[in-house]
Amino acid sequence: MSQAQAMRPPIESGCPDGFQYMHPLMRRNFGMWKWHDHPRPGVLRHVAESGETIWTVKAGTQRILDVFTLRKLCDIGDQFADGYVRFTIRSNIEYMVADEAKVDPLIKALEDAGFVVGGTANSVSMISHTQGWLHCDIPGTDASGVVKAMMDELIDEFRNCNMPNRVHITTSCCQINCGGQGDIAINVQHTKPPKINHDLVANVCERPSVVARCPVAAIRPALVNGKPSLEVDEKKCICCGACYPPCPPMQINDAEHTKLAIWVGGNHSNARGKPTFQKLVASGIPNNPPRWPEATAIVKKILKTYKEDAKDWERINDWIERIGWPDFFEKTGLPFTRFHIENWRGARNSLNASTHIRF
Amino acid sequence: MAKNQHPTPMLDELENGPWPSFISGIKRLRDEHPDARIQGVSNDLLGQLEHSYETRKGYWKGGTVSVFGYGSGIIPRFSEVAKAFPESREFHTVRVQPPAGNFYTTDILRQLTDSWEKYGSGLITFHGQTGNAMFIGVNTENTQHFFDEINEYGFDLGGAGPCVRTGMSCVGAARCEQSCANEQRIHRTLLNRFTDDVHRPSLPYKFKFKVSGCPNDCVNSIERSDFAVIGTWRDDMKIDQAEVKAFVEKKGRDYVIDNVTSRCPTACMTLNDDDTLTVDNKNCVRCMHCLNVMPKALSPGDDKGVSILVGGKRTLKIGDLMGTVIVPFMKLETEEDYEQLTELAENIIEFWAENGLEHERCGEMIERIGLVNFLKGMGLEADPNMVNHPRQSSYIRMDEFDEAAEQYLRRKMEERQKRAGAN
Repeated sequence: MSQAQAMRPPIESGCPDGFQYMHPLMRRNFGMWKWHDHPRPGVLRHVAESGETIWTVKAGTQRILDVFTLRKLCDIGDQFADGYVRFTIRSNIEYMVADEAKVDPLIKALEDAGFVVGGTANSVSMISHTQGWLHCDIPGTDASGVVKAMMDELIDEFRNCNMPNRVHITTSCCQINCGGQGDIAINVQHTKPPKINHDLVANVCERPSVVARCPVAAIRPALVNGKPSLEVDEKKCICCGACYPPCPPMQINDAEHTKLAIWVGGNHSNARGKPTFQKLVASGIPNNPPRWPEATAIVKKILKTYKEDAKDWERINDWIERIGWPDFFEKTGLPFTRFHIENWRGARNSLNASTHIRF
Repeated sequence: MAKNQHPTPMLDELENGPWPSFISGIKRLRDEHPDARIQGVSNDLLGQLEHSYETRKGYWKGGTVSVFGYGSGIIPRFSEVAKAFPESREFHTVRVQPPAGNFYTTDILRQLTDSWEKYGSGLITFHGQTGNAMFIGVNTENTQHFFDEINEYGFDLGGAGPCVRTGMSCVGAARCEQSCANEQRIHRTLLNRFTDDVHRPSLPYKFKFKVSGCPNDCVNSIERSDFAVIGTWRDDMKIDQAEVKAFVEKKGRDYVIDNVTSRCPTACMTLNDDDTLTVDNKNCVRCMHCLNVMPKALSPGDDKGVSILVGGKRTLKIGDLMGTVIVPFMKLETEEDYEQLTELAENIIEFWAENGLEHERCGEMIERIGLVNFLKGMGLEADPNMVNHPRQSSYIRMDEFDEAAEQYLRRKMEERQKRAGAN
């Protein structure tokens, strides 16, 4: 009883009211904006029907913020901005100011503190990423590390707007792909079936749900060394790792055989064409901490080819649709293999049933 | 302070280079934070992470941790190598719901930081992929204390596990002229209708709401949410011909032809000889491209509303799915309009809770039972906006076709009468 009294019942307030944290100028002009432009990389100017103007300065950070860094960002917001910020879905921070005169000192303060101003319009924005070895329970790699190493080399593309259109890059530490769709995605790809720790299965796993989790019905209950366990039909297994989250003894992660794959052409926007999913272009890339140079080299090669070859406003998927996949592989020098051809039930939609062939 | 620091030669490599380093941040907590608890946690966290880098494996396992009264919102993490790294043995994440559009004042960020510093590791991410503010690294006991403190000043936990998850919305009408919706109201109306389903996981699997103010869909709602609400308009787009002329003069006719009119997916735009634009609005699919290129000259119309797509999700288990249009257009102005939206979400979640298999997302259920059966369950009528094209296979039983056709024609007539009455 005494314990029950000591426990505080939660206030189930749910999602808080956003207006209380919104810049008053934005509150006043909510839903009444007229146009915007992009005076320089990292800066947006929005003008309301009332004539009021708000300036936004966007900056990249390390995403995993320590309290020192977060307080530094707040200090900058108080000293050089109006004390109002927001975070983009790619974890960039945005400062909104009502006075143009604050823009340059704000940019300087951010840059002086080591943050990177940019990420707007046709730049390479911050890589949106998952948690990795720092916190996830099933990660094949450390997305934070991959991203840090890659952004070190893409920083000029973040700071400048030299791409044909915006480039959204994502990473994911397992094949569930929590990082989502991107113009370029760097994702874990397992290449061997799970190694099963039979001693633990019976105690740790709910076997029927593990069996049900397999997309290709390759797992069945089995008795191993007299203990109830699971077995995997390794000929059927697609090494996706779906059995691992509900059953950690299904060891899918492997120091050698867990690789990275690169996918391109994911686009969430409805602009021009309908949204698209990303497509496999490279695989077998070593999962090579601490700086994953092989993955970065391929991403840079794809970006360079896109930058040189695509027309204004073409996202990577638009560009490839125009030039065709054979030319994409030719121009990037990436090998096209039988693994690039889909062979599941819905595959027919991805096959070329025409004589539309570029020579 | 330098007591038994774990060597981190591999992580040190991530302190090189110009991009801000999360490793440097964690090291600063270890070396400079006044609280010995945070120093110790950071040191062992770095040690375990270095061990992961060396062995290319992760060492966190899940478990069951929650706060009093809730069954969700905490991501439990227990170290599998706690003997070597005892101080970060329990390293749970607290998922906190941000406001729609991720707005904060520096004051509220400081308040959250102060609370977190008292109980947690000192590491925060804005935001995780679902959309939560992620307070990374707290032991089981302090989880409750931290939650109690921030809950008192207006923050609540997000979802985790098979439940309604934290939502995500774009910056929207707060700062964007393309927005055709009140993302703040839609987001809070939907999420806070399902507060119980956020905190107490009892659904087949996760269910995500996302709100984008326009079809640019900056929060990836079609590809990443079970219930995507996307602002749009159904009257004519607005054209400021003086701004069109100014744009043509600045950029040149070739640029406008190559980058605006030729890129229109339905070829509904013409650049006239006098440098004005003509738009065949009936054929405009609201793709947003021309508005993105010429935001001063072109704007959404006035008859605004939303399109609703259901069933988007990531790879596990049957592969990636995008949402499917189930409501081509819905007005969202009056209380009744919002009630209609909430009711639709309630019906979908209820139907899926009853018919979805364990660990089956709403979109996977729709794929399994077919969109037609799903529409029937929702009481929604088939609409050609729901498909790219009609059926190609004749293998279907059609003995009730005449009745369905008659219903469609009657509905169309009623719609025409209603419109005529309104005019």
